[in-house]
Amino acid sequence: MTETAAPILGRPIPTQERVIEADGISVRFPVGRSGFWGRQVKWVHAVDDVSFTVHHGETLGLVGESGSGKTTVGRTVLRRLDPSAGRIMFRGQDVTATNGEELRRLRRRMQLVFQDPYASLNPRMSVLQLVAEPLVVHGKAKSASSAREEVVALLERCGLPEDTADRHPHAFSGGQRQRIGIARALALRPDFIVADEPVSALDVSVRAQIVNLLQDLQRELGIAYLFIAHDLSVVRHISHRIAILYAGKLVELADSDVVYDTPLHPYTEALLSSVPIPDPPLQRARQRIVLQGEIPNPLDPPPGCRFQTRCPLVQDVCRHQTPPFEEKAPGHWAACWVR
Amino acid sequence: MTPVLEVDHLQVDFVTRRGTVHAVRDVSFTIGKGETLGLVGESGSGKSVTAQALLGMIELPGRIVGGDVRWKGASLVHDNAAATIERIRGREIAMVFQDPMTSLDPVFSIGSQMVEVLRRHRKQSRKAAWARAVDLLDMVGIANPAQRVKQYPFEMSGGMRQRVLIAMALACEPELLVADEPTTALDVTIQAQILDLLADLQQRLDVAVLLITHDLGVVAGVCDRVAVMYAGKIVEDAAAADLYATPAHPYSIGLLRSTPRVDVVLDRLVAIEGAPPDLRRPPAGCAYAARCDHAADRCRKEQPVLEALNGRDDRLVACFRAAELAAAAYPTADVVEDAVAAEVEA
Repeated sequence: MTETAAPILGRPIPTQERVIEADGISVRFPVGRSGFWGRQVKWVHAVDDVSFTVHHGETLGLVGESGSGKTTVGRTVLRRLDPSAGRIMFRGQDVTATNGEELRRLRRRMQLVFQDPYASLNPRMSVLQLVAEPLVVHGKAKSASSAREEVVALLERCGLPEDTADRHPHAFSGGQRQRIGIARALALRPDFIVADEPVSALDVSVRAQIVNLLQDLQRELGIAYLFIAHDLSVVRHISHRIAILYAGKLVELADSDVVYDTPLHPYTEALLSSVPIPDPPLQRARQRIVLQGEIPNPLDPPPGCRFQTRCPLVQDVCRHQTPPFEEKAPGHWAACWVR
Repeated sequence: MTPVLEVDHLQVDFVTRRGTVHAVRDVSFTIGKGETLGLVGESGSGKSVTAQALLGMIELPGRIVGGDVRWKGASLVHDNAAATIERIRGREIAMVFQDPMTSLDPVFSIGSQMVEVLRRHRKQSRKAAWARAVDLLDMVGIANPAQRVKQYPFEMSGGMRQRVLIAMALACEPELLVADEPTTALDVTIQAQILDLLADLQQRLDVAVLLITHDLGVVAGVCDRVAVMYAGKIVEDAAAADLYATPAHPYSIGLLRSTPRVDVVLDRLVAIEGAPPDLRRPPAGCAYAARCDHAADRCRKEQPVLEALNGRDDRLVACFRAAELAAAAYPTADVVEDAVAAEVEA
């Protein structure tokens, strides 16, 4: 596909080339000890048996409420955390089995964009130093000043003027800082970016600017995104496919429009109907499913389906057996006994 | 409807070493009995400062430098305002804040904090107040209120704490509830619960609500009327149905267009380019002119005032070109007919 053939509007078109394959990853964290002499360590199963793929030029939206494990998934895919089970492949190479220099080389091609543009940029460094840092660390440039030309090009690509390079982060607004963060992530020309709530801290009008920038970059460079967010409106807009996480387990994964038009899992339905729509007559007339109760404690998840404590369709089998995550229709995966 | 609350040309400044920030610049609005008003704006637009000004809660270096706030005719800014505020705060006007994690005292149980509020405002025995606390928790939909009332804030989730705070705010049956971003810190499914609760209580208790938020979606289901703030001023004040269907101020239009929706797929979001002005040096003309596609010379030189659009008292807009833009964007039936007729003729 040539650059000129790509549509200017809409989501960029992905290819079938797999960039990331996560296969049954689980992550657990030790919390406190119990038992005689405190020998028994308790574990929080933050992520349990999660599988997905991300293709070249594709955005996979990963949605979940706080505590669902979405950030943990993002960090594990980048191998900033080690999974306790499962395997992650990056372009056919096993990330989970790689170490040392090999891993360093892999990491160049996988980057992270953070949520908080106020906390993620070192206030003592100039923008030039910040954006050049990955280049210097990975030996692509001798020093920040020798990389100036490249940095300025990156900044311009992210919609920042040339004189940005010599200023410090405090001189910029939230939206501009997020652009700096994106320029920094792009410096090593990654194939894959985990964007962890990249627009949640921004105001609505600025949020749209950053979403558009991310889409333009994808169209141009074919970057694959794992877009982590809790805002379903933004996720629908940017994602090709969407995965929904509940209490550490995937409950549904399908094409973005399929998830929104014909959701299978009752949690997905409830989640979608909770999102307020900025249209008063429509919002008031909507049939909404307001879930009772809260996400279960990950230290002590309920047996069977983790959603059973809040599910309006709960059956006996849901209380005892974990529903398998299976393909219910072509490309439409869900974990539910009832649907 | 006679308004219970009148905010009249309110101005608030923050004097800092780096200059004076004019955070609220000439804001006026009213709230009638039992009415729900949404005050919508981005960060730094002055919406929270406006809410704080209502009950004299602006902290130094902030100061009300002009205008007035009146509650049922009594000033909350001039003439012995401190005593007036003391009399009505909690009793007639109550507040709920954004962060349910820090608004409760961690070292006291929920019950003892509620009893303190109740006994402060009403002469009640400890026992009666405790019973009332249990009733209030029940009213805001907390299961097992008799057990929950004995718990401490750390034993509760964010949504639960926000319910407790709403229960405390409603303890003295106020006539106005000011809710400053009450659901911003919560997850969507919990947000839906709290918004439902607010709408339900508003109907049942006939309490007026001032809901402050940055999220146009949150306002849509709860409020009768919406005021949009930008750079310390209200730019549009209209019935919710009108504002969303036919926004008149270019900023309201931009805000609605740049908000992605779950029910609609757009090809591309229409972002508002640029950023809000620095309120230490507010521009001479309309504060939105620098980002506005329709800005004319006059917009950059003069400040538009909030006035009725096409003579409709319930549609206030602060824009020189509002009438012109509205006519172009939402033509009336006869204009459309004329245009169609002209086209047919051609």
